[in-house]
Amino acid sequence: MDNQRQRLYWRANTALIRNLLIVWALVSIVFSILLVEPLNTIRFFGIPFGFWMAQQGSIVTFVVLIFIYAVQMDKLDRKYDIKRK
Amino acid sequence: MSVELWTIIIVGISFLLYLYIGWQSRVKDSKGFFVADQGVPSIANGAATAADWMSAASFISMAGLISFLGYDGSIYLMGWTGGYVLLALLLAPYLRKFGKYTVPDFVGDRYYSNIARLVAVVAAIFISLTYVAGQMRGVGIVFSRFLQVDINTGVIIGMVIVGFFSVLGGMKGITWTQVAQYGILIFAYLIPAIAIAFLLTGNPIPQFAFTFSDIATKLNQVQVDLGFKEYTQAFVNKPMLDVLFITIALMVGTAGLPHVIVRFYTVPDVRSARFSAGWALLFIAILYTTAPALSMFARYNLINTLNNNTVQEVQKLDWVKKWENTKLLSFEDKNGDGKLQLTPKKETNEITIDPDIIVLATPEIAKLAPWVIALVAAGGLAAALSTASGLLLVISSSIAHDVYYRIIDPDASEQKRLFVGRLMVGLSIVLAGYFGVNPPGFVGQVVAFAFGLAASSFFPVIVLGIFDKRTNSTGAIAGMLTGLIFTIIYIVGVKFFGMPTWFFGVSPEGIGTLGMVINFIVTWVVSRLTAPPPAHIQALVEELRSPSVDLDVPVPKIH
Repeated sequence: MDNQRQRLYWRANTALIRNLLIVWALVSIVFSILLVEPLNTIRFFGIPFGFWMAQQGSIVTFVVLIFIYAVQMDKLDRKYDIKRK
Repeated sequence: MSVELWTIIIVGISFLLYLYIGWQSRVKDSKGFFVADQGVPSIANGAATAADWMSAASFISMAGLISFLGYDGSIYLMGWTGGYVLLALLLAPYLRKFGKYTVPDFVGDRYYSNIARLVAVVAAIFISLTYVAGQMRGVGIVFSRFLQVDINTGVIIGMVIVGFFSVLGGMKGITWTQVAQYGILIFAYLIPAIAIAFLLTGNPIPQFAFTFSDIATKLNQVQVDLGFKEYTQAFVNKPMLDVLFITIALMVGTAGLPHVIVRFYTVPDVRSARFSAGWALLFIAILYTTAPALSMFARYNLINTLNNNTVQEVQKLDWVKKWENTKLLSFEDKNGDGKLQLTPKKETNEITIDPDIIVLATPEIAKLAPWVIALVAAGGLAAALSTASGLLLVISSSIAHDVYYRIIDPDASEQKRLFVGRLMVGLSIVLAGYFGVNPPGFVGQVVAFAFGLAASSFFPVIVLGIFDKRTNSTGAIAGMLTGLIFTIIYIVGVKFFGMPTWFFGVSPEGIGTLGMVINFIVTWVVSRLTAPPPAHIQALVEELRSPSVDLDVPVPKIH
């Protein structure tokens, strides 16, 4: 891979990482800790929403984020024709 | 058939299975021994990582702790899962691309320095040793609770089993046994949780029962009636800042723990490393989303069964008598009204419950068959043994690979390297067993160390090593040392020398977050004040960022 393509590939990768980490921080640090008290006044089905985010929602989001990363990187690898085994 | 007989049968079968797998995956060379020939499929590596990660503490104690902490127990739930996102996005693919055997390998090569390598070796051994002592003890405790054998005998049985498959099969043996252990532990965890969810709410899926039923509302009401705070109320036991710091320290620490990182060296390529992290967290999340449901249901159920009943009535229940005998449950009618009351105040509280009961007694409370209780014992053992074996391999590879092969004798023959690897696994098992039999009094208190040190030492230098080409050896060494020393002084000072928690009351468990920030800043600043890394290292970083199959740039040997 030449330098120019390598740079573009890396920039696309870091942009994806940044976006996913923003969501990561939002569901865990912001919703589940910093804003948990106001969010607890909202009911999510049978349970206060902030509490639910901290004990279920954030964990489920983490799993989804990792798979989004893996699938998106697959697409990026194909676009840049990265050789694999 | 009695519970004891069932336990012996099920635990016996599971041990035979581990021995069989260990025998089948014996290895011939050091690549097989240290990184399982880099041939582990990504789903299998995910399951092995999950078993490696979930220790006796996750399996036996976590749900109980959460049920006493309510919302504040979320520090464990998010802290011990969120780190996998960091691992998957920032570390795993690049470390797999790097393709060596250990974490100190990366630190030593990327920072072209044997001093950096040695700092990493010391940190890796220290982190793994503090962690493994607790696991061997856990094996002993499960044996003593379920089979009434002496704790020390239990530790020795555990040592023999782990010794067999890890000496013969190294990482390969450990990996495939961990896959089996994951199967056993998740099955053992889910059955009682499903049963109690169905019993209380009519919905068999614990996560759905947790979300859609009215148990949360009812439990909050019961707690308030008894004088407790609501179960779902935040920051009852710990202030917000402490919850924040502990959660981040556990997350970053998870991503920096060497026994977790090395699992990603065992997959065939970068793509598998990315997916493998997803599978790992999915497998972990199955237990970690069940645990808070179990915590809430079990607490509600315990209060309803025990509170405001007479001692005689309560003792009619079989499980109450059994767990009273083990001292994990005790009653004292302090106000003499003939009834038991659970209250938040120590002077008036009449029911004392050890957190471990939540998982251990649920099958009996839910009146499940004796074989389920036996399965829980096998699950607890699987959790403890799988984590112990992963940690033991890190200790052995730190000495056999990083110190012996990379520093002392780089020309060692393949056979010699394999022999030293096996020898070191054997020695670390004996050492771990010794700590299991004679637990240093501080074991419980030093778990904070493992996460704090991993967060404040490895994570920043690995991330900067990949994402910042300008980071050099001087910066990395300075950063690791300041991060480590600061964190150690704070933890040791507060835990053992009565130092006040002067950083805004942040507890020792959370201080690794600050240690990590200090490490990041020092590494970055010192790197920019000193000469940039040599051209071949910059080329290596460039190469790490491209996920194609093999490294095109050979890593130079350091002598």
